[in-house]
Amino acid sequence: MFKVLNKETVAPQVDALIVDAPYIAGHAKAGNFIVLRIHEKGERIPLTIADSDLDKGTITLLFQKIGKTTEELGTLKKGDKIRDIAGPLGHDTPVKKYGHAVLVGGGIGSATLFPILKALKEKRNKVTVILGARNKELLVWEERFAEYADKTILTTDDGSSGKKGLVTEALKEVADSTKVDVVLAVGPIRMMQAVAELTRPFNLKTYVSLNPVMVEGTGMCGACRVSIAGKTKFACIDGPEFDAHDVDFEEIAHRLNFYKDEEAESLEKFKKKKCKGKCKKQ
Amino acid sequence: MRARDPEKRKHDFKEVALGLTEKQAIKEANRCIQCKKPMCITGCPVEINIPAFISAIRDEDITGGLAIIRKYNMLPAICGRVCPQENQCQGKCVLGKKKTPISIGALERFVADYEMKKGLSQKTKMSRSNGHRVAVIGAGPAGLTVAADLARHGYKITIFEALHEAGGVLTYGIPEFRLPQKIIDREVEYVKSLGVEIKLNWVIGRTQTVDELFGEGYKAVFVGVGAGSPRYMNIPGENLNNVYFASEYLTRVNLLKANQFPKYDTPVKRGKQVAVVGAGNVAMDAARTAARLGAEKVYIVYRRTRTEMPARLEEVEHAHEEGIELLFLSSPKEIIGDERGHVKAIRCDAMKLCEPDASGRKRPECSGDEFILEVDQVLMAIGQASNPILTKSVKGLKLWGAGYIEVDEEGRTNLPGIFAGGDIATGAATVISAMGAGKRAARAIDDYVMGRKKAKSKEPELAESKK
Ligand SMILES: Cc1cc2nc3c(=O)[nH]c(=O)nc-3n(C[C@H](O)[C@H](O)[C@H](O)COP(=O)(O)OP(=O)(O)OC[C@H]3O[C@@H](n4cnc5c(N)ncnc54)[C@H](O)[C@@H]3O)c2cc1C
Ligand code: FES
Repeated sequence: MFKVLNKETVAPQVDALIVDAPYIAGHAKAGNFIVLRIHEKGERIPLTIADSDLDKGTITLLFQKIGKTTEELGTLKKGDKIRDIAGPLGHDTPVKKYGHAVLVGGGIGSATLFPILKALKEKRNKVTVILGARNKELLVWEERFAEYADKTILTTDDGSSGKKGLVTEALKEVADSTKVDVVLAVGPIRMMQAVAELTRPFNLKTYVSLNPVMVEGTGMCGACRVSIAGKTKFACIDGPEFDAHDVDFEEIAHRLNFYKDEEAESLEKFKKKKCKGKCKKQ
Repeated sequence: MRARDPEKRKHDFKEVALGLTEKQAIKEANRCIQCKKPMCITGCPVEINIPAFISAIRDEDITGGLAIIRKYNMLPAICGRVCPQENQCQGKCVLGKKKTPISIGALERFVADYEMKKGLSQKTKMSRSNGHRVAVIGAGPAGLTVAADLARHGYKITIFEALHEAGGVLTYGIPEFRLPQKIIDREVEYVKSLGVEIKLNWVIGRTQTVDELFGEGYKAVFVGVGAGSPRYMNIPGENLNNVYFASEYLTRVNLLKANQFPKYDTPVKRGKQVAVVGAGNVAMDAARTAARLGAEKVYIVYRRTRTEMPARLEEVEHAHEEGIELLFLSSPKEIIGDERGHVKAIRCDAMKLCEPDASGRKRPECSGDEFILEVDQVLMAIGQASNPILTKSVKGLKLWGAGYIEVDEEGRTNLPGIFAGGDIATGAATVISAMGAGKRAARAIDDYVMGRKKAKSKEPELAESKK
């Protein structure tokens, strides 16, 4: 059992849980994730370790409430327990002295980028962070990023904060005006694909962190398989970060949609139960 | 052995094989001719004194029979159900030369179930604590055996298990209709009753390293992490939607109860026309699970023929009775998808068998013909490879083949204090061989921790420690 020590609402639909998990906190590196199961009947889902505190023995999980399990996770309060958490899992991000690194985050992707930013700064890189969202409200942790990054650029689709436009446009501007040594993008699959296409012609080293469906997260089931340069890889043990230019994004997009109907059914059922039939139709 | 009616059983997950009644068991035991040189023992990977336990059944001393088995085999209720007896003890039974061999597996199951039914509990002689701690990685049959044997001899054992439940393949792989979870739970409870602590959600190599375990004072480490990583064929279409590796498919259903979605949160897709590739136990389990999830038609697609099928005979028979169609001499070469990236068919080469290869099995070769099978789901069950997380995390650990740990006969690795056994040392094998490896390793660990030079006993049990 893992105790929830604190809970914050970060943005509409985005919550952060601080969880007591000393062994995981003690071993977490940038790029790692955990797999959790809330209770006996729950499913196992992967979540990035968005932050960890070695001294306090805690990890921070940041999640967007988009499905049954994340909705349910959002109902947990301080003092509640999560039945199972296994981790840290996945490869560590290859952190070294690159020179100038640009981190590109879409929505909840910031969760993955934050520990990477801290690690890159420890290695004395110059880091530019580009965070994008549909509107101001949906930006996640922008102040935290600004604390560590050399430069933080915000973009919103509606211009309510930062520049109006897409993260790729901001990335292009940065790459046109300064030398960039590495790009790391995390966010919705189409966003990562767009970043990959943007940097491909320039041969600019680009990593993306993939988020396929996972089951146990230790390389034993193959649910998380992705095609990298034509070869099958398991994101949970070979990734989740891969060279963006080798990724078959179409395949991932298809695979991510596979359980769409079941996810909708499960969420529907959960919402009905939550309001015990008293809610109005939405 | 009695089994439930195929027409009824193929719609639920309740156990298929019913076991023997006391009367039947005693009758069967009376068929045993108590050979002077019992061949059955030579066929048993842990050399159970089979004639002795059968003789006890004959004398209606069922618990006495169980006590004999337990000396050699910690998991009789499980092994009685899942051992490939036809290649082991029963395969060697002299009666089998002329007529039917003794149903040794059924008798083993009978004595183990008898104890459970009568609500008897296993009595265990425990040695006084010797104060030494040993870490066991993986709660499959190998790890559980090492833990129980050492705990009985005074060691303080902690098992570290990556998943949220103990049991290894028994829990996440083998379906309920073949091995009910309550039987595994009972064995796990027994191991815990010996004072063994089981830490779940504990991935050694990540949550903690082996070095850290030694640092915490563990005197030795046993690695029993299994071979659960699925193999793939590298044919086009393997990553289409509704192509599952059997390990994922079975894990969803067995460990996460996806058959009860949406009561349980984990979903699984229910195929209507399902092709299962492979012909081992895993393939049979996947195929029969698909049938229970409502498939109208399930095919086993196998590139050799019935005689080469590695699955237990009973499983093949049961699958056949449940209407699963066996397509032999068929080798998949492409999985065809529709525009949404979903499976719609599987293209296979028709094979013919040529001269036997080095392994003695006849080698399949393309006949030049091919055919297309229209299916909406494909389950790949062509074998498993080593679990890499732990093995990669231990520096200098000697591996062989596809990442398996190299060990000597007693489970010693090349590194002092680190022992291994079960599927991670042999490649995917059997429950009984994993358990046997656990028994041998427990002895070697005892010798190592106590500073004895050579293994001094060849007995199935560890040497009694001095009081
Ligand atoms: C579907 C299926 C059907 C089968 N049917 C039969 C049958 O009928 N008869 C038969 O004899 N055999 C059968 N087998 C084979 C048999 O189950 C295995 O040979 C046996 O379970 C191996 O035991 P083990 O203890 O070595 O490993 P496993 O049972 O694989 O257990 C290993 C455990 O280690 C854990 N682990 C892995 N990595 C780590 C880590 N880094 N840290 C902590 N824990 C870790 C795993 O989660 C797992 O629980 C079957 C296998 C499958 C998959
Ligand atoms: S999640 Fe099972 S192999 Fe990656």
